[in-house]
Amino acid sequence: MPNSNHEFAATADYEPQPVAVQEPPPVAGTASAPATVDRREFVRFPRLYRALHACMIVSFLTLAVTGLSLKFSYTGWAARLSRLMGGFETEGYIHRFAAVIMFGTFTAHIVGLIRQKQRSQTTWSALLFGPNTLVPTKRDAQEFVGTMKWFVGLGPRPEYGRWSYWEKFDYFAVFWGIVVIGSTGLTLWFPVFFTRFLPGSFINVATIIHSDEALLATGFIFTVHFFNTHLRPEKFPMDTTIFTGHMPLAELKRDKPREYDALVASGQLEEHLEEPQPEIVVKAIRFFAWIALTIGFSVVVWIIYAMLFAYR
Amino acid sequence: MALRSYISLHAMETSGRSCPPWHGKVGSFSALLLLVSALLLPRCWAAQGPTSDDCLACHSDKSLTTKRAGRTVSLFVDQKKFTGSIHGSLQCTSCHADLEGKELPHSTPLAKVNCGSCHGDEAQQLAKSLHGKAAAHGDALAPRCVNCHGNHDILPVKDPRSSVAAMKVPFVCGQCHREGTPVQTGRHIEQHDILENYSESIHGEGLLKKGLIVAANCASCHTAHSILPHTDPNSSINRRNIAATCTKCHANIEQVHRKTIRGELWEKQANTLPACVDCHQPHKVRNVFYSQGMADADCMRCHANANLKSASGRSMLVHVDQVADSRHAKVACSQCHSQVNASRVRPCETITHPVDCTACHEEVGQQYQRSTHGQMHAKGDPNAPFCKDCHGSHHVLGKHNPESLTFATNVPDLCAKCHREGQKAALLYTGTEHQITSRYTESIHGKGLLKSGLTVTATCTSCHTAHRELPASDPESTVNPKNVPATCGACHHGIEDQFVQSIHSSTLTKTDKPLPVCNDCHSAHSIRRTDEDGFKLDIMNTCGRCHGEIAKTYFDTYHGKVSKLGYTKTAKCYDCHGAHDILKVADPNSHLSRANVVATCRKCHSDATRRFAGYLTHATHHDPKKFPFLYYTFWGMTILLVGTFTVSGVHTILWFPRALQMRRELRAAEAREAEEASSKPATGSDAKDGNDAQQ
Repeated sequence: MPNSNHEFAATADYEPQPVAVQEPPPVAGTASAPATVDRREFVRFPRLYRALHACMIVSFLTLAVTGLSLKFSYTGWAARLSRLMGGFETEGYIHRFAAVIMFGTFTAHIVGLIRQKQRSQTTWSALLFGPNTLVPTKRDAQEFVGTMKWFVGLGPRPEYGRWSYWEKFDYFAVFWGIVVIGSTGLTLWFPVFFTRFLPGSFINVATIIHSDEALLATGFIFTVHFFNTHLRPEKFPMDTTIFTGHMPLAELKRDKPREYDALVASGQLEEHLEEPQPEIVVKAIRFFAWIALTIGFSVVVWIIYAMLFAYR
Repeated sequence: MALRSYISLHAMETSGRSCPPWHGKVGSFSALLLLVSALLLPRCWAAQGPTSDDCLACHSDKSLTTKRAGRTVSLFVDQKKFTGSIHGSLQCTSCHADLEGKELPHSTPLAKVNCGSCHGDEAQQLAKSLHGKAAAHGDALAPRCVNCHGNHDILPVKDPRSSVAAMKVPFVCGQCHREGTPVQTGRHIEQHDILENYSESIHGEGLLKKGLIVAANCASCHTAHSILPHTDPNSSINRRNIAATCTKCHANIEQVHRKTIRGELWEKQANTLPACVDCHQPHKVRNVFYSQGMADADCMRCHANANLKSASGRSMLVHVDQVADSRHAKVACSQCHSQVNASRVRPCETITHPVDCTACHEEVGQQYQRSTHGQMHAKGDPNAPFCKDCHGSHHVLGKHNPESLTFATNVPDLCAKCHREGQKAALLYTGTEHQITSRYTESIHGKGLLKSGLTVTATCTSCHTAHRELPASDPESTVNPKNVPATCGACHHGIEDQFVQSIHSSTLTKTDKPLPVCNDCHSAHSIRRTDEDGFKLDIMNTCGRCHGEIAKTYFDTYHGKVSKLGYTKTAKCYDCHGAHDILKVADPNSHLSRANVVATCRKCHSDATRRFAGYLTHATHHDPKKFPFLYYTFWGMTILLVGTFTVSGVHTILWFPRALQMRRELRAAEAREAEEASSKPATGSDAKDGNDAQQ
């Protein structure tokens, strides 16, 4: 089931999701650029997925902060943070509320995929093994090897497609994370119900899995994911594509040459071009993203402090 | 017998003391007997023992001496006195029983004579008496039979020549109980000038001046052999028994004391009535001192003068109204200042000792003597508090009077005078309890007493007692760990019963390790409310002091982590294990036993089930034997984490230089394009690359 979802995610972007109305070139903005300049950008993420990612950010950060303050209760920071949030009980409510948002996000994603599959009138297998699938393929393995060679200077940078292998990894990591953390989290939320058919000590097991998997998720997102997709030197300080949904065409050419080529070859590229987001939207997005990044990095510092310096 | 003794003596004199008896020219012994005696060797007669004559053969020599403890002691026995004594008809070996069967001359020293072998009752009385107990303790000053009765010259009591004849008793006792003797200075005896006072008393005068041998002597009141301190309930001079003692002579005296003692009540309720000695002071018994002119007014003739000063300059003014308001309003001056002598112009000039309250408050006095305060006082420590330091002198008020120094709410301040940090007692103290006054004030007891005015709240004396304070290390102390549950249980009814049945009590747990008592969890002076956060959060550390490992594992669970965050609305040690009634989990009565555990969980988790109760509240993922599931889950997760971070970390680090390189190239390309764009007008197709500039 998960596999098919990714495919949908992939195909979804291609569907005529973008704004249907083709506004005439001059956008309301004060841009003094001549009308002849095509400022349009490639639309990589439809609105639904941008919204879902934003929801993910909010719920994930909330879950991380409230959850880790319990995990690292032996640090002074945790106690202070907990008091700031209104005590452990309130923290618990917030944590579960955020969890509900995340479950909602997850559900919305799946529902979105199914609907788009219906709209595109294609089969599961076509999506599963299509060119833009999120399912890891043999080609991803080749690209991984190619990337390693490129890293050490033994070859050129591979020609990535719509989803590079690390993006696929990120996607599955989240998918796996939601399933594992979510299921154990529910066990801890409703221990009496779950112990009707599970032994009591399973609550202890669930605690360990929930907490360590959460550590993995936060640690991974706030370091590797941040670097891979946001903080890479060539994109520093921030790649806003997931928020604006737009990607400069040059970047598409450079980063996803295989996708670009395919679009050009099929002549569908024009369908995926759109005027940039208004300046104020981009600014708001950057502001939001900065907050998220700051919180994320703070949590990383906290984790490192708690794990390395305060661990008892 | 007398004849035989005489003959023996004669024989000894003529043959010399080194001659064996069978060499004597004793006509009454036949030659055959001599022969048999010689043949059978000493063993034969040894079975019968040496006769008194045999002994006197040596001991009639006045120059016979021995050395004992460095002193020369005469071993001479005056035969005349001995034969004249009440024991004159006995053999030496009757008393010196260890000579039975011994060869003469015997080795020295002989065992002490045991008079009790004949005088069993007296010996028994003596053993129970003050003298007997002192002797049993090895007190060198304790008198033995011979000290009063003599040894070889004991005469019947009725014989005026006897050392214990009525006329002589005061002198026999006075040997030790005279002023200045080691007994009088070295032992705690509350009475002073006993012999002098007695000789001036009506009893003493009657006996010594008028020769009335029926007049009471020492033994009449104190008994001859059952001498006990007046504090002992069995003593003839105990308050309860004194009436019976006096009425041995003063028969029907209650008839003439009807006004004060209402006849029969005297003996029935001796404890509630004034005892004889309250008015007729012991040893000085004469007439009642008031009637002799020793009324308070006599004292006040001088002591009402505000300028009256003692030799040391202390004011000797006595406020009559203070005494009148006090508990001692009905007590005459001379009842406390008992050394006054009414026959003097200045009756108080005979006073040599401070007021001794124990004359009336004997039980309290005994407690005080045993206490650290009393022991220090006995050693002459000027820091030691005496009665009046806590109770005041003339203005003594009952502890139920709010103005009293000893009223409950005043007690902490009273004790703090010495025990506050920096004060003399606190400076002498070497234990672990500090800041006791301020801590007590902040404690639940202190707040209850001082802020809420609950006079039933525990004060210093509730735990430490009022008069018998002892250090916790003393097994008899009320705050000794052994006694603490009972001490706290005095107010906290029911808790002690629970505690005594718990695993922390020595009734259940037999161990050499120290078991906790109340103050180990609740502290001693800074006792907190158990329903306040501070106590609740500290309990894990408190229990953890002994149960270190198990407390650590608690902190690995949700309950422990929430506690660590500083919140109390989660299960803490006592929520599951109980507080005072902790039992082994295996005990069917434990809160955590199979039968009770679900109910215990339900205190918080109202819908808990048996399986839910299987949650491991002390689980640790560090113990592969006990919790293999957790252990392997933890390590599985750890490997997953470390693996993921290692791979992705390496990936990222390798990527970094390449990404930097790309950034440089990108910038260079932008610069180049910008150059081109400026050199030739921009075309539509170039413009879209310009968007990259935003990077």
